[in-house]
Amino acid sequence: MSVLVYTESENGKFKKNAFEVASYASALAKKLGTSATAISFNAEDPSSLGAYGVSKVLNISNANLNTFNAKAYANSIAEAAAQEDAKTVVVSSSADTKFLAPLLAGKLKAGYVPNVVAAPESTSPFTVKRTAFSNKGFAYTQINSDVKIIGVSNNSFGIHEDSTSAASENFNPSLNDGDFNTKSIEIDKVVGKATIADADIVVSGGRGLKGPENWGMIEELANVLGAATACSKPVSDLGWRPHGEHVGQTGKPVASNLYIAIGISGAIQHLAGVSSSKVKVVINTDAEAPFFKAADYGIVGDAFEVVPQLIEKLKEFKAQNA
Amino acid sequence: MKILVCISNVPDTTSKINFTDGDTKFDTNGVQFVINPNDEFGLTRAMWFKEKQGASVHVVTVGGTSTEPTIRKALAIGADEAIRVNAEPTDGFFVAEQLADVVKNGGYDLVIAGRESIDYNGGMVPGILATLLDMNFVNTCISLEVDGTNATAMREIDGGKEKIATSLPLVIGGQKGLVEESDLRIPNMRGIMMARKKTLNVIEPVAAQKATEDIKFEKPAARGAVKLVDNVDDLINLLHNEAKAI
Repeated sequence: MSVLVYTESENGKFKKNAFEVASYASALAKKLGTSATAISFNAEDPSSLGAYGVSKVLNISNANLNTFNAKAYANSIAEAAAQEDAKTVVVSSSADTKFLAPLLAGKLKAGYVPNVVAAPESTSPFTVKRTAFSNKGFAYTQINSDVKIIGVSNNSFGIHEDSTSAASENFNPSLNDGDFNTKSIEIDKVVGKATIADADIVVSGGRGLKGPENWGMIEELANVLGAATACSKPVSDLGWRPHGEHVGQTGKPVASNLYIAIGISGAIQHLAGVSSSKVKVVINTDAEAPFFKAADYGIVGDAFEVVPQLIEKLKEFKAQNA
Repeated sequence: MKILVCISNVPDTTSKINFTDGDTKFDTNGVQFVINPNDEFGLTRAMWFKEKQGASVHVVTVGGTSTEPTIRKALAIGADEAIRVNAEPTDGFFVAEQLADVVKNGGYDLVIAGRESIDYNGGMVPGILATLLDMNFVNTCISLEVDGTNATAMREIDGGKEKIATSLPLVIGGQKGLVEESDLRIPNMRGIMMARKKTLNVIEPVAAQKATEDIKFEKPAARGAVKLVDNVDDLINLLHNEAKAI
C-alpha cells in the first residue's frame, strides 16, 4: 500500500519538479506509515531519487516512450499503481502532467486534486489544501474515492533531502497500439532558456513598454537573472509577444520565487495569476497602479530609465557574488 | 460532424471572490456569471466548423436553472441546441460521468471543453470524459483542424508547443489560441431572438460517484504594505538580503 509518485524526466534527466513531488510523496508515506515508490520513464539514474526519501523506483526503459505520450504514460502509471497497490498517487503540475493526470483519474476511478499547496491537512478523511478561483482563494478538498491523485503545485512544498537508498527495478507496462492513437509530430520548444513553469525568477512586461521593439531590455534583464520572460494579457492580445508568455487568469499561472512586473498596472485577472509567486517587484510610472498594493517591493519610475540601470547594477552584483 | 461543446457557468474574470456560510460556499451575491473563457474559445472554434465544414453544434452544461442565461448565450452565439443536466457540478468526476452519458446518447464525433473552469480549476473533466468514452484526448489545445476523421491539433507545453496528429472521436481541453480573443462573438439581437426558439433539453443526472468535495474555502492572507524604494541599489540590496530572492 505504498505511495506512488510520478517523477518526470527530460532526455533521461529528472526535472526539478520530480524532486519536489518525490519529497512530497515520501513525507506523505511517512505520515501513512508506508514507503514511497517512484515511477519514471527512461531515466538515466533512477536510484538518485533516494536522496529525496523514495525507497523504490520503477523505471521504464522503452524507446517508444522517449517522447511524452499522455495516454501511454497514464496507462503505464495506472498499471504500476495496481501492481504496488498504491492508494495515493502524487504528480506535479507541469503541462504534461496536467495532460495525463485526468486520464489516470479516469482509469483508476480516482479523485484528482490539482494545484495542491501543502502536505495533507489530514489523511482520514483525506483533505488537502489547494488553490481555487484562479488563485483568488483556497479550497480544502476532501477526497472520498479509494484511490487518490494529488497534483502538487510547482514550488509550493519545496525540495527536501532525506537520504534513503532507493532500489531501482525495471518495469514493463503492457501497452497496445491504441495507447498511441494521439501522436506527437513536432515539438517547438525554447531550449537553454528558463520557462515560466519552472523558472525561479520571471520578468514580465506590460503595455507600459509601449511596443514589441522595447522588449530587448526585458530579455536582457531576464538573461542577467537567469529568468523566464512573460507578459500581460493586452500585450499578448496585441500580438507583441506570443500567447505562451501570457500570465494571468486565462493564461499561465506563475509560482516563481521572484516575479518582476514592468509596466503592468495589475488588473485583477493578472494579480490572480501571479499571486502564488513568493516575492513580487513592481516597476511602474503610475504610483496609483493597483499592482503596488499586491507587491512586496516597488519603484515608481519610468521603466525606460529604471530597467537599464537595474541591468547594469545586477551585472555588477552578479560579478561580485559569483 | 456532430460537435458537443461543454460549457461551465463561472464568475466573470473581474469578480471579487468571497465566501459565505462559514466559508463553506462561494458567495454569488453581486457576481456576474459568464461562459467559462476557456469554453468560449472552444465554442467560437466550433462555430467555425459549423460555418466552414457544415458541422452541427450542441452545447451542454451541468448545473441548476440559474445557469440557463449562460447556456442561452451560447445558443445566441450560434449553437443549434442545448442540453442542461439538472445537477450541481460539485465534483469533476461526477460532471464527467454526466457528460459521458450525454455524449453516448448524442453520438458526437468531437467534444470541445475548456482546459479548466476559471472558478474551481479542476482541470480534469475533459480528460476523465475521454477515458470513460475511450475517445482520443488533447489537452491545453491551442489550434484544431479536422479533415474527415483525421485531426491535427497544437497543444501548449511548458516552454513551447507541440503538434499532434490524432483522429475522431476526440475530446479537446481548449484554451485561448483555438481562436483569438478578437474572434470571440458578442451575440446580436437576431441571435438572441433566435436563441429563445432553440431547443434546451433539461435532463436528470445519472448516478455517479462524487470523488471529491470542497469542505471549506479561504481567501489569501492579506499582504504587508509594499516597500517603495527610489533607486535600484536599494532594490537589489532588499532582494538579496531581506527577501533572499537573488
